Amino acid sequence: MNYFKKIAIAIKTLLQGMSVTGHYFFPNILKRKYVITRQYPDEPPVVFERFKGEVVMWHNENNEHRCTGCQACEIACPNGSIEIIWKREPDPETGKRKKMIDKHIYHLGMCTSCSLCIQACPTNAIMWSTNFHAATYDRSTLTKVLNRPGSKLMAGVEE
Amino acid sequence: MIDLKNSVQSDIKTQEYFLNMGPQHPATHGVLRLILKLDGETVVGIEPDLGFIHRGIEKMCEYDTYRQIIHLTDRMDYLSSHINNEAVALAVEKALEVEVSDRIKVIRTMMDELTRIASHLLWWGVMGMDIGALTTFMYAFRDREMINEIMEETTGARLTMSYNIPGGVMFDLHPGFPKRVKEFIKHMRQVLPEYDRLLTGNIIFQKRMKGVGILKKEDALNWGATGPVARGSGLHTDIRKRFPYSAYDRVEFEEAVEEGGDNLARYQVRMREMYESLDILEQLVDNIPEGPYQMPMRNLIKLPKGEFYQRVETARGELGVFIVSDGKKNPYRVKFRSPGFSNLNALLKVGLGWKIADLVAIMSTFDFVIPDIDR
Amino acid sequence: MILSNANIFSQWLESTSGLGYVLVLILIAALYLGFFAVAGLMLVLMERRVAGFFQLRLGPNRVGPWGLFQTIADALKLVSKEIFIPKQADKFLYKAGYYIVIIAALIGIGVIPFSRQIQGFDINVGIFFITAVSSVGVLGILFGAWGSRNKYSLIGAMRSGLQMVSYELSAGFAVVTVVLMAGSLKMTEIVEAQQSTWFLFKGHLPAIIAFMIFIIAGTAESNRVPFDLVEGESELGAGFHTEYSGMGFAYFFLAEFINMFIIAALTSTLFLGGWLAPFGITDGLPAQWFWGMFWFFLKTGVIIFLLMWFRWTFPRLRIDQLLTLEWKYLLPVGLVNTVVMALFVWKDWLIDLGKIFGS
Repeated sequence: MNYFKKIAIAIKTLLQGMSVTGHYFFPNILKRKYVITRQYPDEPPVVFERFKGEVVMWHNENNEHRCTGCQACEIACPNGSIEIIWKREPDPETGKRKKMIDKHIYHLGMCTSCSLCIQACPTNAIMWSTNFHAATYDRSTLTKVLNRPGSKLMAGVEE
Repeated sequence: MIDLKNSVQSDIKTQEYFLNMGPQHPATHGVLRLILKLDGETVVGIEPDLGFIHRGIEKMCEYDTYRQIIHLTDRMDYLSSHINNEAVALAVEKALEVEVSDRIKVIRTMMDELTRIASHLLWWGVMGMDIGALTTFMYAFRDREMINEIMEETTGARLTMSYNIPGGVMFDLHPGFPKRVKEFIKHMRQVLPEYDRLLTGNIIFQKRMKGVGILKKEDALNWGATGPVARGSGLHTDIRKRFPYSAYDRVEFEEAVEEGGDNLARYQVRMREMYESLDILEQLVDNIPEGPYQMPMRNLIKLPKGEFYQRVETARGELGVFIVSDGKKNPYRVKFRSPGFSNLNALLKVGLGWKIADLVAIMSTFDFVIPDIDR
Repeated sequence: MILSNANIFSQWLESTSGLGYVLVLILIAALYLGFFAVAGLMLVLMERRVAGFFQLRLGPNRVGPWGLFQTIADALKLVSKEIFIPKQADKFLYKAGYYIVIIAALIGIGVIPFSRQIQGFDINVGIFFITAVSSVGVLGILFGAWGSRNKYSLIGAMRSGLQMVSYELSAGFAVVTVVLMAGSLKMTEIVEAQQSTWFLFKGHLPAIIAFMIFIIAGTAESNRVPFDLVEGESELGAGFHTEYSGMGFAYFFLAEFINMFIIAALTSTLFLGGWLAPFGITDGLPAQWFWGMFWFFLKTGVIIFLLMWFRWTFPRLRIDQLLTLEWKYLLPVGLVNTVVMALFVWKDWLIDLGKIFGS
């Protein structure tokens, strides 16, 4: 009797498992009810506002940014993915020579999205963008210059 | 009477042979290479070959500041990245004697438990796949996705969050966090019995798991097994209970310990842990205290001279962080005691004498993450 | 086209002679090859779509309407791939492997009656022939695995041989219970004998047990989960076809699906009345050959779906558990079941719905 009891229990457990998968299958084939995958190019993905896509530099409408070239982000970065090339040029108003950025270079390919640069920035010049289209055919396009050409420091940041 | 034993032709010889399992093998979950000595299908010898994903994280740590170490720990055991981060953060805080606010503690604990559930869910799905039930993977990932979304909403990343920093967390909790966690708890309580119906109760699964790969209590102790592997053998090794950190001393939960020591015991430990983690989340989600999410810290952290050790319970076992400081901004030496490495030793003890298929099942109940073993 | 009850193919052959006879033979063979390819590709697609719905996703749906051309695209890709032969391989056995597998599968299809009029050849030992031929396929697996000189392949193939030898027995006993009821080994006569009642209901208890044994043994013979130890992707990589690429792999893959089709077709022929409509609801309609095929493929499809349902639900057995299941459970039960069925047939305890309802 034990023999047949074993068989009965085995069949019962197998049917139990099949009931679980069947419970998902039949509504799926009729109405796609439990389908969890997102058909990506057709359906836009949900992007959260804090998503760490890539580092960008904020510019206002007058093409001004807030980066003073203090290099705090460069020091904070563990991978060396930020390089700042700076120059000393006379300020047009005061005529004093002062430090300003020439190029804020960001290597997206080396970035591990740890947020330390953004934490370190004293003037909130850089921030995360939610852009996730990072795939390219050429690695060199992952090296970006964050400050736009011809942009300059916003007034009143350095105080 | 016929002597059955000696009536078998004795001039038939079988030969033992070697089989390379890995580094590219679906069951090793990464780049672990096991050199198996087989007699037919029975495993008679295992020799692991490590180092395929060795990145020298410990050495890299010596050139980084204490803030920068944390993002490296994400890449060790990537499934419990938040807990790894916390280990370093806690060690640094311990060295600096900084007491973090209650809010930070609670945030960290909740994130820990979410990470643990996510890790166990992935384990459950992959373990089903390892023994041939392919559908478990998608079911587990459906539920894991909810955790990933909670993580992404608050920390901005899904897997390697780098959310802890010495003296707090990187960002404050997102306002939608408690609501999402509550939804998740409700959902999980519904689907966990379903998991049992689909896989745990299944007769084939029971046959594959019960009594297979028995890790004895002494062996577990001798080889330094921790986490669910040791708890499946009846050892009380839960760091959360024994050496509470963060907010674990103020929540009530049960340490999941099973006596069997076989695959099924390790499986049950993880399944029970998911329930316990849900309990912990439930206790904390309504009582997140107000307070700062970052303690004031110096810009450049310098640890006092000395040695500091902090242990935490990751999803795989005990992670120890040992920092030797000579007072500079970089550590003199950092050593991670990773759970996977010690558990691998126990596998070598357990795997002998079983079939290849069993070895695969045993490996999946040990739940290895290879970057954690190699570092 | 002549639409009597006679076999279309044999009518063609009878109406020709000489060169025409050979041409018709080749045409029929080409028809079967075409069916083989189309059915194989459709089954792969069906498997993937069904798996998708079981796993909370959609499956392939990009190539063509509803993803119908997905497997055709896959096949084209496989054709264009390099055929790679390992340096140490035994080239003759390596190549013989997939031919044997595919030829065994093709011959098996030949005897299956798709409808009353459409059947490759109707020999008087049809079901016996299929059982014999389908077990030849395992030779191809063994050849291929031995020839490719890979330990993973060899382990897989040895498992396959073991599995085939064991499960042929209980599949055979399940077939015998049906043959007892039908009183013939000829496929068409087995189907005709179910005119009033399908064998699954006619033989009630022993037939249901035989049905279950046949499904289990059939799953094992077609190497599908929970008996897919031959491939066992988490243990052996890809099992016996680890070293095959391009079309060599595709042949094995297609043959596997055709074997599944054969098992399902046999189940529907033996237990579910083959081409017969339930309660004869389409008997008066024109184009009987179409309706026969319709019912046949519907029943076969249901069985195939059942096999897929198994595949996407159950974990895999271990090799010794596989043998335990066969030798300790299926075989004794099947043996006793056959005797019980013989008793039932002798005492005429069968259920005949035709007699009960008096139609």
